[in-house]
Amino acid sequence: MSGKPRLTYLNGRGRMEPIRWLLAAAGVEFEEVYLETKEQYDKLIKDGFLLFQQVPLVEIDGMKMVQTRAIMSYIAGKYNLYGKDLKERALIDMYVEGISDLMQMILMFPFSPPDAKEKNIESIKERATNRYFPVFEKVLKQHGQDFLVGNKFSWADVQLIEAILAVEEKVPDVLSGFPQLQVFKSKMSNMPTIKKFLQPGSPRKPPPDAHYVETVLKIFKK
Amino acid sequence: MSAKPKLYYFDGRGKMESIRWLLAAAGVEFEEEFLETRDQYEKLLQGGSLLFQQVPMVEMDGMRMVQTRAILSYIAAKYNLYGKDLKERALIDMYVGGTDDLMGFILMFPFLSAEDKEKQRALIVEKATSRYFPVYEKVLKDHGQDFLVGNNFSWADVHLLEAILMVEEKKSDVLSGFPQLQAFKARISSIPAIKKFLEPGSQRKPVPDDKYVETVRRVLRMYYDIKAN
Repeated sequence: MSGKPRLTYLNGRGRMEPIRWLLAAAGVEFEEVYLETKEQYDKLIKDGFLLFQQVPLVEIDGMKMVQTRAIMSYIAGKYNLYGKDLKERALIDMYVEGISDLMQMILMFPFSPPDAKEKNIESIKERATNRYFPVFEKVLKQHGQDFLVGNKFSWADVQLIEAILAVEEKVPDVLSGFPQLQVFKSKMSNMPTIKKFLQPGSPRKPPPDAHYVETVLKIFKK
Repeated sequence: MSAKPKLYYFDGRGKMESIRWLLAAAGVEFEEEFLETRDQYEKLLQGGSLLFQQVPMVEMDGMRMVQTRAILSYIAAKYNLYGKDLKERALIDMYVGGTDDLMGFILMFPFLSAEDKEKQRALIVEKATSRYFPVYEKVLKDHGQDFLVGNNFSWADVHLLEAILMVEEKKSDVLSGFPQLQAFKARISSIPAIKKFLEPGSQRKPVPDDKYVETVRRVLRMYYDIKAN
């Protein structure tokens, strides 16, 4: 195993994308192996790489890590993006879990039938603007700091900027009622590691297309 | 706010049960406020206690914590049930992720139609016996220790016991191919704090019934059909 973490997943966002974001934000270079066929996936399982027969898989520091949250917690802990104490960690965990619930809607979106797509976009917009974005707008307004927790860049900030951009792809004007989040988006986008990740040629993956959906269904069909 | 943690949820298992288990395993006494009416829920919402308008919510150490995973991680770390370093924590997180996924299939079970319940029961047993239990069986067999991680009682052990008992409620002999897990179940069940939690009169909640489903639907105004996985 080289020094760099190695990510195994499909060549697309899915459940791996937040991990790519977090590693990139931490300034950590990584390698990627893309699953393209069912045979590759079956072989990984047969060779014992996938603890629960699932990807994402991240090989890092001698471990074959699975379970998205476990992987992200480890990265956040290792690269000092997890607050300075238990209470800050609790806040970061709460924020990250909330954002993750919102991102779940976006994750499932490409797999919904064509006639449900418009309704799903409405749901995403409703949840973002009524449940999630107001929380972070208020947090930023109340403490007036650049970052969500402890006046320091953390996993929560990375997760939020990712979510904002993902929702904007579906609802372009979604931040119109959220001035603090607009400023936050701009500040985070300009942080050197994130700015680099947002440029063409980075490991960031494009929005899922029909080919991606087809590959998922092909590889994971029972 | 009292010194004891206070749990806000329905009078039933749902997403709060893992939190009850972990507090009990840590020997921490807690209070509970049960949501029975829509009014109570709306009061909580209006009072700003629910960060994302959802329960579980746990008041502890001056915080109003929401998001089950955040709450569990906090409790685990506070009461030294989270391993001794980052790598042990990573293992615990992975194992808990697995048992969480398994219990997720059971979480929706009471809300399914009778026909879907039968299919879901079969799915739960299939996932337990082919995907999840073999992993923990092997972990225990390979290191031969009493506990899953670092030869020390942790959140992972509590969560696995909870999952085992829940699956057994769906199929009582589900552990028949798993001798390590049978021994694990006996061992962990006899830890004093857990033994106490397993006795009648504890704050452990029973298998969800129709009354529980009705309460959840009424309080959350969740009247749509829940589909099986």
